[in-house]
Amino acid sequence: MSVAEQSIAGAEARGHGFLASSVGRKIVMAASGIVLFGFVTVHMIGNTQAYMGAKSLNAYAEFLHGMLHGGGIWIFRAVLLTATGLHVWSATTLTLDNLAARPVGYRAQQSVASTWASRTMRWSGVILAVFIVFHLLHLTTGQLHPAFKAPQGHEYFAYDNFVSGFKVPAVAAFYIVAQLCLGLHMWHGVWSFTQTLGLSHPRYEGLRRNFATGLTLLVVGVNISYPVAVITGFIH
Amino acid sequence: MSKHLNLTLHVWRQKNTSCDGKFVEYPAENVSPDMSFLEMLDVVNEGLIRKGEDPITFDHDCREGICGTCSMVINGRPHGPKERTTTCQLHMRSFQDGESITLEPWRAEAFPVLRDLMVDRTAFDRIIAAGGFISVPTGSPQDANALPIPKENAELAMDAAACIGCGACVAACPNASAMLFVSAKINHLGQLPQGQPERYSRVRDMIAQMDAEEFGTCTNHGECEIACPKGIKMENIARMNRDFLKASLTYRPAVVGGGAG
Repeated sequence: MSVAEQSIAGAEARGHGFLASSVGRKIVMAASGIVLFGFVTVHMIGNTQAYMGAKSLNAYAEFLHGMLHGGGIWIFRAVLLTATGLHVWSATTLTLDNLAARPVGYRAQQSVASTWASRTMRWSGVILAVFIVFHLLHLTTGQLHPAFKAPQGHEYFAYDNFVSGFKVPAVAAFYIVAQLCLGLHMWHGVWSFTQTLGLSHPRYEGLRRNFATGLTLLVVGVNISYPVAVITGFIH
Repeated sequence: MSKHLNLTLHVWRQKNTSCDGKFVEYPAENVSPDMSFLEMLDVVNEGLIRKGEDPITFDHDCREGICGTCSMVINGRPHGPKERTTTCQLHMRSFQDGESITLEPWRAEAFPVLRDLMVDRTAFDRIIAAGGFISVPTGSPQDANALPIPKENAELAMDAAACIGCGACVAACPNASAMLFVSAKINHLGQLPQGQPERYSRVRDMIAQMDAEEFGTCTNHGECEIACPKGIKMENIARMNRDFLKASLTYRPAVVGGGAG
């Protein structure tokens, strides 16, 4: 069979499914990644109200739970859960494909252009997945929070849970480590989504790198300040 | 005259695709710094032949950096330490006296080792056959000035067309992804008016073939761009992704039966 015949047979056998395609799954990863980094940015901004005192943060919690008569938060949760599911699914299948693409490695492969962040995406991603589960059981549902105060009616105790939660040094340390992983993941991820969605042009080449760096420093910096502020007694 | 070099080579030796391979150490003595890397290997091979041993098999053809045949990973970098240089254009003055040099074949599921440092790159031919062409009626060519092409597009197309299909991008990629190669081929046609009729079917077909060959996928490390002896830019990959997205959004399945008339 000639080379031309083999290739057409291959393309037909594979089909033209968007989700079966490598680039299709990369686009799913990029699109769900935008939702997720958009969320962490808004989450960081919302939590700055911890610096305004208990009343402010608790009122924010009440507002989030009261949106659209209590339905709003479930819409948010459904979107986030879907985005997380798609992100993890695309990452897992693409990673397995990539591992299969080089069954025999090099004795000494030199990394010239790749960064530590780009090479550790799968590990920072796994740590973040573990952290998200812990974070939900800690500050949302309280099972892993020894001093958790559950909401009573329309009264929320987000501030008290926040302060008592971060007073445990091991918990604060885990939050900080997870935020550093988030930094590595976002720094490479935010730049990567521009590349995957085809946003590349010499005119804004520098802009997309700086956008990734700036947004990462802002989100991670502010997020790390929360446990640090509680441990040092700035927020009490 | 510059001093001659004495080197130690650690070469991957493998009899055929199904055999297991191993590294074998060879001395390369009295190497002139003005030799190309392949000439150095020729001299080592002459020594092996004189001793009645099998010479080291490696791919090579034009030896002037334009055919894309030479391929080997030298000390962990495809085509060696110099940027924008193929193995045949790499000279021994890039190495130090007494240095140890590790030589490995391109490593990818899609590039099976045929023997020693030679791999089978037919997967690239099948990707080209899937869509890396334009369909034009044969006959006498029309006037060159009949199709106006903006200079910028002509230059971008030429930059992408500089790809010699050597496979260094696959070899350098931690995921053994062929996206730099495929995107270069898609963009050199996609920039020009002659490439437009098949622009969106081409990107779908070539990516489907790339996946069928079991190449990995791009995770934006950027190793390919540095390894490429022709300086193909990762901007091509972004452009390919953009074309693929558009092609996927506007794809119409072929009508079965067709219209009467």
